[in-house]
Amino acid sequence: MSRAPICVPCRLAAIAAVVGCVGAAFAWTAGWLTPKRLSAPHIVNTFESNYGVHAGYRRNHAKGLCVEGWFDSNGNAARVSRAAVFAPGRTPVIGRFAIPGSNPAAPDASTPVRSMALLFQLQDGEQWRTGMNSTPVFVVRTPNQFYAQLVASKPDPATSKPDPARLDAFFQANPETLPFRNWVKAHAPSSSFANTGFYSINAFIATDAAGHTHAVRWQTVPETAYAPETAAQKADPNFLADDLDARLEAGPLRWHLVLTVAAPGDPTNDATQQWPANREQIDAGTLVLRRAEPQSDGMCRDVNYDPTILPDGLKPSNDPLLAARSAAYSVSFNRRTREQAALAQSHGDAQP
Amino acid sequence: MKQPAQHFSALQRLMHWSMAVLIVAMLFVGVGMVSTVSSLHDSLLALHRPLGIALFVLVVLRLAVRLKRGAPPLPADLPMWQRLPAHASHLVLYALMIAMPLIGWSMLSAGGYPVVLFGGVHLPPIAPHDVALYAWLRAAHTWLALALYATVLLHLAAALFHALIRRDGVLASMVRG
Repeated sequence: MSRAPICVPCRLAAIAAVVGCVGAAFAWTAGWLTPKRLSAPHIVNTFESNYGVHAGYRRNHAKGLCVEGWFDSNGNAARVSRAAVFAPGRTPVIGRFAIPGSNPAAPDASTPVRSMALLFQLQDGEQWRTGMNSTPVFVVRTPNQFYAQLVASKPDPATSKPDPARLDAFFQANPETLPFRNWVKAHAPSSSFANTGFYSINAFIATDAAGHTHAVRWQTVPETAYAPETAAQKADPNFLADDLDARLEAGPLRWHLVLTVAAPGDPTNDATQQWPANREQIDAGTLVLRRAEPQSDGMCRDVNYDPTILPDGLKPSNDPLLAARSAAYSVSFNRRTREQAALAQSHGDAQP
Repeated sequence: MKQPAQHFSALQRLMHWSMAVLIVAMLFVGVGMVSTVSSLHDSLLALHRPLGIALFVLVVLRLAVRLKRGAPPLPADLPMWQRLPAHASHLVLYALMIAMPLIGWSMLSAGGYPVVLFGGVHLPPIAPHDVALYAWLRAAHTWLALALYATVLLHLAAALFHALIRRDGVLASMVRG
């Protein structure tokens, strides 16, 4: 059988071209060809280059403590979400209080913001995770702005504080930051985690039993009355943890979980704006926290409080920060668990 | 004695080509979702888990069919230095197709994540919540995904080599009956 002669080098070149293109498409998708495109490692790398690597700790909100308790749902929120957590009944909660920043030894008074993260462990294995801040709005609207703010906040090696001129230039160039800055100016930091309210920051989409969707935000409203940080507290680097321990000695602490339901047209993609004050609010039940543990061995240590981990009946909105939070938290979790694994190995794992 | 078939069965060809599309899509979804902070991150992640479990079910079925039906023999004149990598690369492909979904599932379990497929449908954990184990599995998931993509590229190059240079009917055995 005679076969038609072929140009072997031409055909080899064609094969190489096909394989090369398929490989290049993969490299492009992975972002290897576009190192300037914003990615989660960029964000986490910038935290690390700004504030150093604190092995085993979260890259942001590094200083915190674990809490345990439960959520008693009264069934009111079942009207907007079919999530099992909103049916009447009790759901166990693993929580974490923290302050923003990468330094796990930062003095508590170094920031006016506090955070509360919650993991609701639903009966059938579903989970609801939320990471909330003590400000009703976030400082920036987009992941790119967040990154630009992080770059502008790089501490000056001489003062180990951000360059005020640079940070101010960022704020001037990004007027969306104004509502946040005004809110912080108008609200003195609280004296305790227990008397602080926390806000979901982002909007979410709740789906009710009939399949109708409702844009919502949520907040935890403390039963403990607000009081401002005292002068003595400002001098105590760990007053928040000490205060919480003392209060929990006396009994459990309570917050109401309140959902705010948007009206049609309220923006869901802008965490820098609050919805109008007259929007419907639903008191969904009571969050009860009864025990605190240090994060070094507490239940919250190995939890990534990714706010896009939601039960059926809640889903992310079109807020661009949500996907970026999920992506960046994941990189932070991957790095700190790798460091923890290395530490465990070097200290020997065979402890009883 | 019956001659061994010169072509893969219609069922084998269907499984090969549908899984080829899904696996390549899966690798792009995986590498894409960790590279972006846009809302694509959420939608690709939501696709990645159910697609991975679907691929696991498919590869188990496919392996059963492969063991029962076998494969056409390689051309008799294929030199040994090509015969060995041909067999080895198929073993690697099968091993990674089985391992990747199981590593993904156990990695999420070890990280304490719920393994959500869609809506309220989720799978139970298959590993203890242990972050040292998570860290190990998470790294393995990335490196083995890259190894799988490299093996797929090699597989593609070899198929084209058989079709365009050797013209020995190896690609045809997977293309037509």
